[in-house]
Amino acid sequence: MPKRYFEDFAVGQIFELPDVAVSREDIIEFSRQFDPQIFHLRDETPITEFGGGLIASGWHVCSLFMRLLDDGLLLDSSCAGSPGVEHLKWQHAVRPGDHLTGRTTVMETRAWQDAKLGLVRFHHEIFNQHRERTMMMDNAILFGRRSPA
Amino acid sequence: MNAYEQIAIGDVHVFGSHSFTADQMKRFAARYDPQYFHLDEAAAKKSYLGGLCASGWHTASVMMGLLVRYFDAREAEARAAGEPVLVSGPSPGFDDLRWANPVFPGDVVTFTARIVGKRTSKSRPGWGLLSMTTTGVKQTGEVVFVVTTHAFVETGDAIVREEAKPRRG
Repeated sequence: MPKRYFEDFAVGQIFELPDVAVSREDIIEFSRQFDPQIFHLRDETPITEFGGGLIASGWHVCSLFMRLLDDGLLLDSSCAGSPGVEHLKWQHAVRPGDHLTGRTTVMETRAWQDAKLGLVRFHHEIFNQHRERTMMMDNAILFGRRSPA
Repeated sequence: MNAYEQIAIGDVHVFGSHSFTADQMKRFAARYDPQYFHLDEAAAKKSYLGGLCASGWHTASVMMGLLVRYFDAREAEARAAGEPVLVSGPSPGFDDLRWANPVFPGDVVTFTARIVGKRTSKSRPGWGLLSMTTTGVKQTGEVVFVVTTHAFVETGDAIVREEAKPRRG
């Protein structure tokens, strides 16, 4: 049986997530397939007012965050998927050699139309090795209940 | 009119379609989202989602791949025709992403975007913020994915930079 069900979440709970190193190869591999813009593929991109050099695709950062959330919380839970993301901000570029870690805070728990499930709204944050916040999002996740509502 | 001025609210862009296979789903999931309903057909059948389905981030990433290739092709056409080229910058984020329905193996999802917002940036002179709502619809007509993304674009006269490709975050 999973460790966490809907009933185990409470507003204000904070979960510290594991960490992951991001390599140049990881960035380029993801970008080739899913986001082949030059600044996600090559080191020698022009410097503009937004910065320069190789940076990870924002969708890659989302995917890396998902892995941290799975490993740190969801794999040992009754997670039943997610209806979506309310807001997401990419706040700081992720570069080769960065070391990312995450933290998530429970914002709300509430009933769902299916009485076997409940909805938990989280505020997720992902930081680099300098504790700069690279991304944040508000995201709701469905969890099975121990016993129906 | 320069490329920014030519953009109108309501403009529609059809990025294209992607056919999702079980292998693609499992490969993405093994790396980024190893929940059983993205990895194991038999176990997924008993899940709330009803069967093996794509990670939501896989669907989103596929959308981005189609978006980039679509705008690259449009840019090449504009250059070839001697028309102004839109120079875009990074994206500050998105709002209201919905994974409306699961994407199952064999589903073909077509992604279409509509321009929903255009304003000049207060914090970055010379740049505007363009918003578009992209919807993913599968072969049955069912909506599977919706998101409203934002991206910086240059508002000034088109600058054709040989070395600097547009940036879309």
